[in-house]
Amino acid sequence: MGIDFFILMKQELLIALIIFILLFIKVGSKEWKNEQVLNIVNVLLLINFAAGFFGNKEGMLFNDMFKTNQLIVLEKCTLNLGVFIISLQAYSWLKNHKHVLEFYMLLLCTLLGMFYMISSGNLLMFYLGLELSTIPLAALANFDLEKRKSSEAAFKLIMSSAFSSGLLLFGISMMYGTAGTVNFTELSQHLDGSELQLFAFILLFAGFAFKISVVPFHLWTADVYEGSPVAITSYLSVISKGAFIFAFVAVLYTVFKPLADIWYNMLFLLSVLTMVIGNLFAMRQNNLKRFLAFSSIAQVGFILVGISGSSQAGTASVIYFILIYIFSNLGAFGVIALVSSLTGKEGIEDYKGFYKTNPLLTWGLTIALFSLAGIPPTAGFFGKFFLIMAGAAKGNYTLIIIAALNMIVSLYYYLRVVKAMFMDKNDQPIEKLVINNYSKLALVICVGGIVLTGFVSWIYDYIYSLSTGF
Amino acid sequence: MNISLLVILPLLTAIALLFCKGLKQVRTVSLIGAVAQLALAFLVLILYWNERSAGNTAQMLFELNYTWFAPLHINFHVGVDGISIAMIALTAFIVLAGVLMSWKEDRMPKEFFFLLILLSAGAYGFFISLDLFTMFFFLEVAVIPKFLLIGIWGSGKKEYSAMKLALMLMGGSALVFVGLLGLYFNTDIGGGVHTFDLLQISQMHIPVEVQKMFFPFAFVGFGIFGALFPFHTWVPDGHSSAPTAASMFLAGISMKLGGYGCLRVATYLMPDAAHAYSWIIVLLATIAIIYGAFATMMQKDLKYINAYSSVSHCGFVLLGIGMLTQTSITGAVMQMVSHGLMTALFFAAIGMIYNRTHTRMVAQLGGLLKMMPFISTVFVIAGLCSLGLPGFSGFVAEMTVFMGSWQNPDTMYRIATILACASIVVTAVYILRAVGKTVMGPVTDSHYLSLKDASWNEKFAAGLLIIGIVAIGVAPFWLNELITPATDTIMQHAVKLVTIK
Repeated sequence: MGIDFFILMKQELLIALIIFILLFIKVGSKEWKNEQVLNIVNVLLLINFAAGFFGNKEGMLFNDMFKTNQLIVLEKCTLNLGVFIISLQAYSWLKNHKHVLEFYMLLLCTLLGMFYMISSGNLLMFYLGLELSTIPLAALANFDLEKRKSSEAAFKLIMSSAFSSGLLLFGISMMYGTAGTVNFTELSQHLDGSELQLFAFILLFAGFAFKISVVPFHLWTADVYEGSPVAITSYLSVISKGAFIFAFVAVLYTVFKPLADIWYNMLFLLSVLTMVIGNLFAMRQNNLKRFLAFSSIAQVGFILVGISGSSQAGTASVIYFILIYIFSNLGAFGVIALVSSLTGKEGIEDYKGFYKTNPLLTWGLTIALFSLAGIPPTAGFFGKFFLIMAGAAKGNYTLIIIAALNMIVSLYYYLRVVKAMFMDKNDQPIEKLVINNYSKLALVICVGGIVLTGFVSWIYDYIYSLSTGF
Repeated sequence: MNISLLVILPLLTAIALLFCKGLKQVRTVSLIGAVAQLALAFLVLILYWNERSAGNTAQMLFELNYTWFAPLHINFHVGVDGISIAMIALTAFIVLAGVLMSWKEDRMPKEFFFLLILLSAGAYGFFISLDLFTMFFFLEVAVIPKFLLIGIWGSGKKEYSAMKLALMLMGGSALVFVGLLGLYFNTDIGGGVHTFDLLQISQMHIPVEVQKMFFPFAFVGFGIFGALFPFHTWVPDGHSSAPTAASMFLAGISMKLGGYGCLRVATYLMPDAAHAYSWIIVLLATIAIIYGAFATMMQKDLKYINAYSSVSHCGFVLLGIGMLTQTSITGAVMQMVSHGLMTALFFAAIGMIYNRTHTRMVAQLGGLLKMMPFISTVFVIAGLCSLGLPGFSGFVAEMTVFMGSWQNPDTMYRIATILACASIVVTAVYILRAVGKTVMGPVTDSHYLSLKDASWNEKFAAGLLIIGIVAIGVAPFWLNELITPATDTIMQHAVKLVTIK
């Protein structure tokens, strides 16, 4: 214990501290204005993000239940950055909301849960983190208090989460039954590939697949994304997904390494399904939030291609891609959040002629969409290229060809939005919007990230140097 | 000489454009940028010439190699040989002509010129790349500006054309992507380390079955950019919907990316597969040439005429590559340069006519020579060059391709050559018919009588392109001397590897 305890758990402790600060503000007698609270929270989140870069150390705590190293710290920093951007983007929505403090408390609780999940060295600890990250999220999905759709989304989220938790727990208990341990390092030595164990593994795998909305476990995604407030939609599709993928990669590559042949085939099948179905459904959407929901399903398909590479380059490309994905997807959601909070419009139709009235927002959204589609010079190109390259190292070119074809399909629907904004005529385009400074800052961070993360190769080099594979 | 200036200069111009206010500043900055590009291209040409005459026989000159993504062995590796120089000069010519031609563009001029310049940056980057990753990067950089240029500033069914073009070109680059990855994972520079470096890969012997597997991906992928039959369908729609300058860029520069890629990546790096599949390439190219020519006959719209004739003319490029003799490949490169200049001139002339008469239908035009002697002359010159009149570049290039093709002794290949030759007659028919109807004869519409001839910027643009065409037509040996060492290398390489097998 001692000083090591504080250094190893600094990110978790900081978030807990912020939660407590917010709690004190809440119970204190002084009435705070929403703007003040938001300013304080944003500064705290920035400090939280920055603190991740100092005093890093590798080590284990609590009987190997909690482990951390440079890579895990980096992953958490990535998530912190995403939360900071989301918080900036939510400013115009939360400014008039009654429960700002509760919003942030719940949000940070889920983030804390994700951190524990990423750092877990034990199946039980993993489950604990996962639940902590899920239950407050359902409350958050309901945060548009007057909207029925929001409650519906929350209910769907909690039901499907409960179901996937059930699968996961069932898997964990059988895994414990066959291997006699829940500790990750011991578990990997006790994997013998017996039928019961494989069944347990499949259940665990399905639990993950639920969380990162892999087809055919994706059915909750679109409705929940559409109903939730935009801030939560972006949180679900970027932060929550990113965290689960980080954990997924770690668990697959370390604990279930002996079963690599089995999960390679599962990943192959699921990634093809996810890319194809995600893309086909995204083509038909007219609500931008639903559209991004399906496109983010398709993106997960590409990520699975990278994971299937199971090399050092595979891990690195997945983390690199998620970093880029945070910038691109949040860039897109940022514009949509702004438009939605000021005008209430969310349809692709509404964005016709958007360029005439809001050229800067249009360019922001366009760059973000191009990055999602993987068009150079945006960072998305590098991210996708490296993901698929990592997958190609296995020599399975069927998968690569399918992925490449899916990139064309995805380009089609991203271009559809670009076309609506630039080319289509509209008698009543969205009027000129006044952008607050926080949203502006968020958009600048996102666009800057999209432009720079690709060219500046040391970001990838750094991630690669921390990554491991087999 | 830092060759990457060729990319940096357009990028700086594009960034400068972002800070411009008003039409005047935008025009000035783009014109300065385009002139600087041309000057730079000439400087590169002269320096290259000096190096060569000083006896420097390195395959690539002015090489630069920076590590980009070290763990994946991706480098920013650039350099030029004769073929790249020819392409760079072509690009610089067309950029300047295109900027001049769109001088009057007042609808969102900043965005328009920004995209044009960005497109040129992609093209330069592609032509100087010696690393497959860098090359692919620039290839895709050039796709999106085209989509926006056609979709926003185009005419007719522009959204459809823009989408079709973007998706088909993206499909092409997806195939290229698979081909490049397949190549990458079969290279070995020691210790199981793979590389994207073009020169290093050319020194290795990629196993024949690997070549046979990935050659089609690379060749068809690049072929889509270069209007390979049956993937040429984006060409007519894209060209006819695009604004004038974008048509010039599209036909003049961007279709050349395809031909260059087919030659430099597919054929050069996978020569065994190129030999094995050459009959398919020749077959498709011959179909494209004949089909393109006959399809052109049926067109009534001037832009469609030029677009379909581009399909036919680009067929000669692929025919030259597919024939795999030294002369035919030289001819293919010459045809790329010649077709680039000629078709840009053609589109410029059509644009000028359309701006004044507001129609591109051959049937509605007539007697333009009386009111617009300059434009009509330009139009006639472009037409004559297109049908291969001696004295213009078209003759030189097509002649070289035919001579080279005939050197391939196989009977079927000779039949293909004869058929391709015969298409020239069809070309003559449609060109003379279109030119005769629009330029000569009675004036079909009385309000044409009040139309004005070309303005100074249009005269400059057309003059520039005509100089290029005539220079190649009269003194083809310059271009020939520039290209031949490079095509020699490619051929020696191919022959060497074939005999090893």
